[in-house]
Amino acid sequence: MVTGAMPPTSAQPPSEGTCDAMTTTAVPSKIRVEKVSFAYSNAEALRAVSLDVYPHEVTVLFGPARSGKTTLLRLLNRLTDLLEGTRRSGHIYLDGQDIFAPDVDVAELRRRVGMVFAMPIPLPMSIRANLTYGLQLKGIRDRALLEARVESALRAAALWDEVKDRLEDPASSLSGGQQQRLCLARILALEPEVILLDNPTSGLDPISTSKVEASLHELRQRYTIIAVPHSVQQAARIADRAAFMLGGEIIEVGTAREIFTRPRDPRTRDYVEGRFG
Amino acid sequence: MAIEQQAATQAVPVARRRRLRGETAAEALVRLSGISVIIFVVLVFVFLAREGIPAFFEVEAGNLLGTRWYPTVGRYGLLPLITGSLLVTAGAVLISVPLGLAAAIYMHELAPAWLREILKPLIEILAGIPSVVLGFLGMIAVAPLLREHLNMPTGLSAFAGSVMLAYMALPTIISVSDDAIDAVPRSYRDASLALGANHWQTVCHAVVPAARSGIMVAVMLGIGRAIGETMAVLMVTGNAARMPDGLSALFQPVRTMTATIAAEMGEVANGSVHYHVLFAIGIVLFLITFLVNLLASVLMLRRGTRRDQLLE
Repeated sequence: MVTGAMPPTSAQPPSEGTCDAMTTTAVPSKIRVEKVSFAYSNAEALRAVSLDVYPHEVTVLFGPARSGKTTLLRLLNRLTDLLEGTRRSGHIYLDGQDIFAPDVDVAELRRRVGMVFAMPIPLPMSIRANLTYGLQLKGIRDRALLEARVESALRAAALWDEVKDRLEDPASSLSGGQQQRLCLARILALEPEVILLDNPTSGLDPISTSKVEASLHELRQRYTIIAVPHSVQQAARIADRAAFMLGGEIIEVGTAREIFTRPRDPRTRDYVEGRFG
Repeated sequence: MAIEQQAATQAVPVARRRRLRGETAAEALVRLSGISVIIFVVLVFVFLAREGIPAFFEVEAGNLLGTRWYPTVGRYGLLPLITGSLLVTAGAVLISVPLGLAAAIYMHELAPAWLREILKPLIEILAGIPSVVLGFLGMIAVAPLLREHLNMPTGLSAFAGSVMLAYMALPTIISVSDDAIDAVPRSYRDASLALGANHWQTVCHAVVPAARSGIMVAVMLGIGRAIGETMAVLMVTGNAARMPDGLSALFQPVRTMTATIAAEMGEVANGSVHYHVLFAIGIVLFLITFLVNLLASVLMLRRGTRRDQLLE
């Protein structure tokens, strides 16, 4: 465990659920979640969750519905701030910096930690404007640079060929699969460091799904990816590292191979083998 | 014992028969009220047409489309009245739309929950103030204020009418816009925020554009309310039937279609040309409000289908 860039707390021994492979990894974690508990106004969602996310890997959070996956994801770029009456404890560090510290610029954090939602939500504007929106908010005005970002982001999301001739059309005119890739492209245009994917293929047909999955493999070379997959099968296909969540807790974390072939916890084994959930 | 049983077996069918008769009567009553609504609308239209259409034969088109409204000497130019109505309404829209939209955004996005709980019912009360009371307020408060501060010969002007109409259209615009903003799914906000927008940028670029068609409906309903309003404008616009000449006309007295009908109908001889022309004005007014309402419904319909698409 490299402690150089870490806050003092990260030097503590890893929690019980963490497996051996991680303690031997020499790479510092990109995101460190430390004993985070979170409750909505009416229900508890997370209980003392700890997790290390490493750069250039696809980390998958999987588990049955209402196990806290989406909540954890939304905490990572502070989208949970919007809700009233929530309670939170614990810390989340991005590159060693506490994201809940009072001096953190939330908009800047959300540019560094981009999120793609389960349902594609094109903003009510043109395809091009959907891509330049975040960039312009960031203060980029240079037309040539905007154009270059639009093209490279659309290419990375495997959408360029389908929309290059109709960038001025309203984004709502795209098909569901195209919209989801547009939402991914929109995030990529901001050149984030971390990409959060909340069930990004939920509404997609198998072909679009495999396109998105294939682009994830490409993308992890440049980004750190945290995904909530559609199914255990998808989790196994895309994950480098996986965390099994149940009832607001992380039951087990490990490399994909460990979790999907020889899980230690009987609950993980049951879920992976399809015995419940 | 036997008699009791006999009574019991007879009682059931009687009760049922009575209930059935009751249901039939209730159904007939409900059906009658439903049909009567249609009949009333048709009757209003027929009556309006019967009294108004002769005007188009009795007065030549050139006179009707003229710029002079002097019924006593046979000049029935409707243009000053129509432009008067449009001027006052346009002024009201210019005042009430930005204000109403801003109020709706404030209420929905910025106001704390407790204030919102107070504002909502207050706005509904505002909608219930009788227009004659507003007209009175306009006469004794708004018009003198305008006269003193804008250095006008009289405060009773198109602008005073616009202010009062804006006041009347505001509750409609605010509450319908508020509903439209409320109907924007939270995911739109999340999507914008996740791209690094702050709250205000999200409202301007994502929430309001997404609610655009609903806000258009709010504006249309507000216009519909304003253009047909009579009492307040009759009291504060000064009632001079003159052609507006440019922007300065906003600060001069005008007369609207509604005010003309209300002011002159009582004095006019039944069945005279003047009488028919007043009804013709009613037809024009009816057509304008009908068009505005139609536009609002079309927009509403479009919004409905778009939301269905979103849910798919």
